[in-house]
Amino acid sequence: MHPAFSVLIFTVTAGAGYGLLGWLSANQLFAWWALSIAMQISIGVIAMVLISIGLSASTWHLANPKNAWRSFSCFRTSWLSREAVFAILLYPIAALYAAAIYFQWDSIGIWAGLCLLFSFIIVFVTAMIYASLKTIRQWHHPLVPILYLLFAAMSGGLAWAFLLAWNDLELGLLIQILGALVAFTTLTKLSYFWLFKVPGGSSIQTATSFLNQKVRILDAGHSAPSFLNNEFIYDVAKVKLLRMRWLMLSTTFVIPFALLYWLPNALTLAIAFVIMMAGLLTERWLFFAEARHVVRLLHGQQRV
Amino acid sequence: MKLGLAIDLDTCVGCHACATACKQWNTSGTIGPLTDTNPYGKDPNGAWLNRIRTFEVDESPQSKTVNMPLSCMHCEDAACVTVCPTGASYKRDEDGIVLIDQDRCMGCNLCAWACPYGARELDPGSGTMKKCTLCVDRIYDEQLPESERQPACVITCPTNSRVFGDFDDPESEVSKLQKQREGKPLMPELGYNPVNTYLPPREPIERPQGGKVLGKVKQIVNRIIHR
Repeated sequence: MHPAFSVLIFTVTAGAGYGLLGWLSANQLFAWWALSIAMQISIGVIAMVLISIGLSASTWHLANPKNAWRSFSCFRTSWLSREAVFAILLYPIAALYAAAIYFQWDSIGIWAGLCLLFSFIIVFVTAMIYASLKTIRQWHHPLVPILYLLFAAMSGGLAWAFLLAWNDLELGLLIQILGALVAFTTLTKLSYFWLFKVPGGSSIQTATSFLNQKVRILDAGHSAPSFLNNEFIYDVAKVKLLRMRWLMLSTTFVIPFALLYWLPNALTLAIAFVIMMAGLLTERWLFFAEARHVVRLLHGQQRV
Repeated sequence: MKLGLAIDLDTCVGCHACATACKQWNTSGTIGPLTDTNPYGKDPNGAWLNRIRTFEVDESPQSKTVNMPLSCMHCEDAACVTVCPTGASYKRDEDGIVLIDQDRCMGCNLCAWACPYGARELDPGSGTMKKCTLCVDRIYDEQLPESERQPACVITCPTNSRVFGDFDDPESEVSKLQKQREGKPLMPELGYNPVNTYLPPREPIERPQGGKVLGKVKQIVNRIIHR
């Protein structure tokens, strides 16, 4: 699949934003750290800014954005529509949460709970846009939404740790929790790679109905690249994919993990967050570049 | 009704006439225009609703060249309709045709991602998705003579390899062909239940050889005729 830059920015940035909002509201519910009103509101605003950057990036992907408002209409069937509806609904809820913090409402727990729930739902629903597509084996898998949720919790958690350290708060167990989260996500991502090591499912035989014969393409029917080639047949050299995997593993997991344990202060945590975000962009690029759509079979690939 | 096409892989010669007739009709039809970018330049691009691919099936010397026209299969469980967030993609109850409301589409590409057949292409001009309409603006047009109330690709096919009809009616030509020739769906494992059916190439006919003497005579006669 062609990795559209707007979609990479959207899922990575908004994911970190929802993760940060999730940590903020979880802190409200479980009272782990005592934060000043100003600090809670600033963290909430930072999270919403990250989310808004991501959501506006997602609209660059639309070829006809003037009809984007119609995407709220198919809530019952379309994951993309659900994503749009939940993403918009979060704004008034977050605003009420901010008001609850500022005016010290008694109902603050409800608004924090709703923010936590919506952050979780939105990341899950975003991942389901991909996981619901049976045409792409590498996406149509339960690990996809699990990984999206883990990435959001991990990157948001690192931003949360940085903001706490920056305000001279004691991190305590957070370092251990984040370290465990990073380690667990690494293992999950590695098992995802392992699962899709060998091609399976549809083949050029099922795509052409000649189940028991050898089939090879002679002519794809167009002399210049078409929409189908540009969208579905994104070919990268195997060596480059492998290099990107190493780059992704070291920047998303290894370096932030090392920085987390080596010297957890505001500066190193900020560096770790920036490196992890770059790593997650690489991860999302790979998520697209390694996805094999079945249309490739009709262009001559034997298996996907 | 369950309208669709039966496509004969035995007789299709891969002339691309169906693709060009489709483009010609639909560029000025209800979903038109079908925009092209750089049509006379080095890398022409543009929206087509039908594309023909050519495969070699089996191994030499038994191998056969098979031309396979691919357009929308008007699936019974159309995932492209399910994923559409704006309601632009829809499947008609009355005849099963899958269509896109050009006034509602926001060009998010998700339906094209959900389609296994590459039947949907984004129009570079309008930024909306385009796909086969089964020439919905022809087949119900009472201004046309009845014989012409068929999709443009079907009318134009010089080898009659494309047959249009109602798969719900067991007496229709498409249903009979599907039964007699054991028409096959493409990528049935995905579970979209495509309506269009592909009729596999026929087995080569064994020529009666006659006796040894008769065979020899035939050979000589053939040689004389050839000269």
